[in-house]
Amino acid sequence: MPRINSPAELEEVRKEILSKRDPNKPCITLCSGSACHASGSREVAAKLEEEIQKQGLSAEVDIRKTGCHGFCERGPIIIIRPEEICYFQIKPEDVPEIVSQTIKEKKVIERLLYTDPNTKEKIIHESEIPFYKNQGRIVFGSNVSVDPKSIEDYLAIGGYAALAKALSGMTADAVLQEVKKANLRGRGGGGFPAGTKWEGTRNAPGDIKYVIVNADEGDPGAYMDRSLLEGNPHAVLEGLTIGAYAVGAHEGYIYVRQEYPLAVENVNIAIKTAMELGLLGKNILGSGFDFTVKVHRGAGAFVCGESTALMTALEGRAGEPRPKYIRSNIVGLWGKPSVLNNVETWANVPLIINKGADWFTQIGTESSKGTKIFSLVGKITNTGLVEVPMGTPLRDIIFKIGGGIPGGKKFKAVQTGGPSGGCLPEDALDLPVGFDELTKAGSMMGSGGMIVMDEDTCMVDVARYFLEFLTDESCGKCVPCREGMRQMLKILTGITKGKGKEGDIELLEALAETAMEAALCALGKSSPNPFLSTLKYFRDEYEAHIQEKRCPALSCKELIAFYIDPAKCNACTTCARKCPSDAIIGGKNLIHIIDQEKCTKCGTCFEVCPPKFRAVTKISGVPVPPPVPEEARTIVRESKQK
Amino acid sequence: MSEVLLQIDGKEVKAKQGMTVLEAAQSAGISIPTLCYHEKLEPFGACRLCIVEVESRGSTRLVVSCVYPVEKNIIVRTRSEKVDRIRKMILELQMAHAPDAFILQDLAKEYGADKNRFEKEPSFCIHCGLCVRYCAEVKKKNAIGFVDRGIRKEISFIPEIAAKECWNCKECFPLCPTEALQAAYVLVEALAAFPSPSAEHASGK
Amino acid sequence: MDNERVDQIIDKYNREPSYLIQVLLDIQAENNWLPKEALERVSERLQVPLTRIQHIATFYKAFSLVPKGRHQIHICMGTACHVRGASRVLDKVEEMTGIKPGETDLDLKFSLEIVNCLGCCALGPVMEIDGKTHGKMSPAQTTDVLKNYE
Repeated sequence: MPRINSPAELEEVRKEILSKRDPNKPCITLCSGSACHASGSREVAAKLEEEIQKQGLSAEVDIRKTGCHGFCERGPIIIIRPEEICYFQIKPEDVPEIVSQTIKEKKVIERLLYTDPNTKEKIIHESEIPFYKNQGRIVFGSNVSVDPKSIEDYLAIGGYAALAKALSGMTADAVLQEVKKANLRGRGGGGFPAGTKWEGTRNAPGDIKYVIVNADEGDPGAYMDRSLLEGNPHAVLEGLTIGAYAVGAHEGYIYVRQEYPLAVENVNIAIKTAMELGLLGKNILGSGFDFTVKVHRGAGAFVCGESTALMTALEGRAGEPRPKYIRSNIVGLWGKPSVLNNVETWANVPLIINKGADWFTQIGTESSKGTKIFSLVGKITNTGLVEVPMGTPLRDIIFKIGGGIPGGKKFKAVQTGGPSGGCLPEDALDLPVGFDELTKAGSMMGSGGMIVMDEDTCMVDVARYFLEFLTDESCGKCVPCREGMRQMLKILTGITKGKGKEGDIELLEALAETAMEAALCALGKSSPNPFLSTLKYFRDEYEAHIQEKRCPALSCKELIAFYIDPAKCNACTTCARKCPSDAIIGGKNLIHIIDQEKCTKCGTCFEVCPPKFRAVTKISGVPVPPPVPEEARTIVRESKQK
Repeated sequence: MSEVLLQIDGKEVKAKQGMTVLEAAQSAGISIPTLCYHEKLEPFGACRLCIVEVESRGSTRLVVSCVYPVEKNIIVRTRSEKVDRIRKMILELQMAHAPDAFILQDLAKEYGADKNRFEKEPSFCIHCGLCVRYCAEVKKKNAIGFVDRGIRKEISFIPEIAAKECWNCKECFPLCPTEALQAAYVLVEALAAFPSPSAEHASGK
Repeated sequence: MDNERVDQIIDKYNREPSYLIQVLLDIQAENNWLPKEALERVSERLQVPLTRIQHIATFYKAFSLVPKGRHQIHICMGTACHVRGASRVLDKVEEMTGIKPGETDLDLKFSLEIVNCLGCCALGPVMEIDGKTHGKMSPAQTTDVLKNYE
C-alpha cells in the first residue's frame, strides 16, 4: 500500500479496502491468541487451510486468524460469518465437517455449539451466550474482527480515524482536555487520572518528552494487556500516538515482557506497517507531527511494572525503583518528562477521541468511567477475559458471566488487584467494581486480575503464596521490603506448616506497618496487602492454623492427612494402582489403607476414588484413625455369597 | 540559589533550594540516623532509617529524609512514636544479619531494638551499597557490584578488575557499617579464584 | 558463541548502551545461556562496566549464567494455577527430576523453572516443556508426560 498523506487519503484507502470486501462472503474467524494456541488452534488453522483448499473453496472463503476472543475456557473458538455461527473447542478432526456442512451446505453442527448449562439449550450466536451477553466490550470487542498482523483489517473497522481527527481538527491542548474530561483513569494499577498525568508532562519544561506503554503485565493470573497487544496492536499504537501529540513527545517506547513472544511479534509488525503507511514516523498524515516507537523486551522482573523501575530498565539497567520524590511525568526516562500508561489505558484513547468524552463518561460510576477488562480465573466455570462497564457488581461478573463455581463448590473469596490487591469475601459481592469502591473494601482494582477461590482454598496459604511471589520479585534495594517480606514469608510459611505460635499475627502486623510506611516503591508499600486483607476477612482461618494446627480448607499439606474410610472402601484398587508413591496397601477384596509414612499427600487417591464410593477423605486437626485390623479387612461381597 | 525556610524539631532552619531534609538537618546540627548515606555519594534511599515525619499544608506523612527535598514552611519531626517504632523494626531486621555491628548495636540501644527478635541469618552484609557506590562513583573502577535481587541480593567483586585495582585501594573497607567484614571476605574469596601477577607481587614474590 | 556473532548482535542495536538488556536477551535466546566471554565482549563494545552487566544478568529471570538442560520445564505458578494445585505438580516434577526450580540436572537433560502466569489460566495447572503447553495437569499425568522426554 502506498503512503497515506492526509486524513482525506486515509478515508479513500478505507473505502477502497471496504469496497473489495464482500460482507456476504463466508469468512471463518479463528481465535489465535496465546491461550487458544495452547489449546491447539495452530493445528486447527493448518487443517482449515488444507481443507478449504482440498474442497476447492480457496477463492470463496476467507480465513481470519484473530487475537483472543476472551472465552479461553472453550478455546479454540471459530466464528463463521456472515451467519455468525459460533463453534467451541474445535479439534482438527472437526474441520472437514465444518467446511463441508456449515460452509458448503449452510448447516449448523449441533455438537460444536455452546450448550447453556442451565437450560441445556444450544446457542448459535456469540452475542446470545451468557458469557458474552452480559459484557460491554468497547475496547476488547474489536479483537474478533481483526487479524492483528493486518493493518488493512484495522483500517476496515475505522482504525486511525481518531488519530486523523486529533491531528487535523484538534489542537494538542484540545486532545488533552478531552482525555481529562473523560476522566480516564490508569488501568494498570493505581487508577491515577491519565489526563492529569499527561498535563504534567505537557507543562514540564524541556523539548524532549517521552510516552511509554507499560506492557510488563506481571500480575500472576492476569493477561488482559497481553491479549490486547497481541490481538489489536494498532489500537494501542494509535492511542499512544494521540497521547504523544497531546503532550508533545516525538519518541515512544513499548516495554513488553519477553514471555509474551506473540505480543512482541505482532506489535513489531504493526509498527513496521504503520511506518510504511505514514501513520507513524515523519509528518504523520501530512500534519507535520513526527513520532516513532521502539520496542523493548522486559527480561523478567515483576518490579519493572513499577513506573520508575520500568524506566530504569529502559535505560538498560537493573530495574530498581528510584528513591526520589519527583513524579516520573516530570522527571522520567533519561531525566525527561515521561508519560507511562498501561496497554489498556492507551487502547481507550482512540475511543475517547472518536466518540467524545461525553459518550465515555456515560459509561461507569461517578468516579470510575468507561469499562474495565478483567481476567476471570481460578475456581470459576468460564475462565476468560471479560470487559464490563465500571460499576458492574462483582456478583454479576462471577456468576452471570463467569457461570459461578464449578463442581458444586461454595464460593469463598475473590482476589482482585494482583499481588498488591486483596481478597474479598461473599459479603462484598454486591460491590460495584470501581477504583475507589474496591480500595475502600480493602482490595484494589490493580490491572484487573480476578481470581476466584472456593471452599477448598486456604486463605492463609493464599497470603503465603503472594508473599512468596513478592519476596521472589522484590528488587532487594530497601530494607522494609527485602527484609520485612523475608520475615513475613517465614512466619506465614510456619503457620501453614503447623508451626504458628501466639504473637505471630501481631508480629506480622508490625512488619506490615513498616513496609507500608517505609518501603521505597509502591510494590513494597503494598506488599502486606494480601496478608492484611485475608486477616481482615478470614481471621478465623489464621487462628485455626495457629491454635488448633488445623487447616479449615483442608489444603495445607503439613496439616492434613489422607484417610480411606473403611466403611466406604470397595477395594476397587483404583487408588492403589494410581498412587505414585506406592503408599496404599490394597489388594483384591481388601479394604485399602494409606501408609501415612509413605504418603506424600499428592492427593491422587482423593481424585481417582470413584464418586460412587468417595472413600478417600482429607482430615485436619485430628489424629488419623488407626488402620483397620488385618482380620477385618476382607470385604465380603453380597453378590458372590448368593 | 534561593533560600528555603523550614522548621525541624521546633527549630527554624535555613536551607538552600534543592537540599534534602537530611542535609538541612545536619547543617543545623540536628542528627538523623543513617546507614546508607554518604556525603560523597548520590542519595540511595535504601536503608530507610532516616525516615522522618513531615507536616505540610495540614497533612502529616512519613518521608525518607536523605532523598526528600526541602520545601518552604514544612514542619519536620525527626522523632515521633511512629518514627521510632519503624526505626526499631528496621534495626531489628538488619540485626538478623549483622548482630555484632557496632553501629547497629549503638542504634539498637537508642531505639530499644532487640537483636534477637528475628531468627539469625548472619551474612554480615546489610546491602547499604556504600562499597559498590563508592567504587563506581568516587573511584570509578567498578570492581565491586551487586548481583541477584530480593533476598538473594549480594555484593560481588569482578576478580579480574579486583586483582588489578583493589590491593592498593581498599577504600571501601572502612565505609562498611559492619566493620568491613563482608567486603574483605568477598574480596578474598574473589581473588582466591584468580591468581594474577599483581597478587604475586602483593604477596612479596 | 564466538565474538563475531556477539558483535553482530551488538551492531544490530547500533552499539547503543541502553539496548544492553536487549543484546543480552538475544544472546540468551540464541545460546541458551550467557557465557562469561560474551559478557566481557559486550562490556567492552558497549562501554558498560562488567559489574552492571553482572547485576542485570542475575537480576532478570530470563538470563542464565550456566548452561541449560536439553529440555526446559516451566511450571506455571500464577495465582490461577496455584489455586488449582500447581504446587502438587511442582512437587512431582521435583521428585522425578531430582532438581529444584532454577536448577539443571547433571546429565543436562532437564532445566526446571517456575514462571508467574503463562496466561493460559483456563488450562491450569499448566506445565510447559520446550514451549509445548500441557494443561490441566495432575501429579499422575505429570509422571506420564515427563516419561516422554529423553
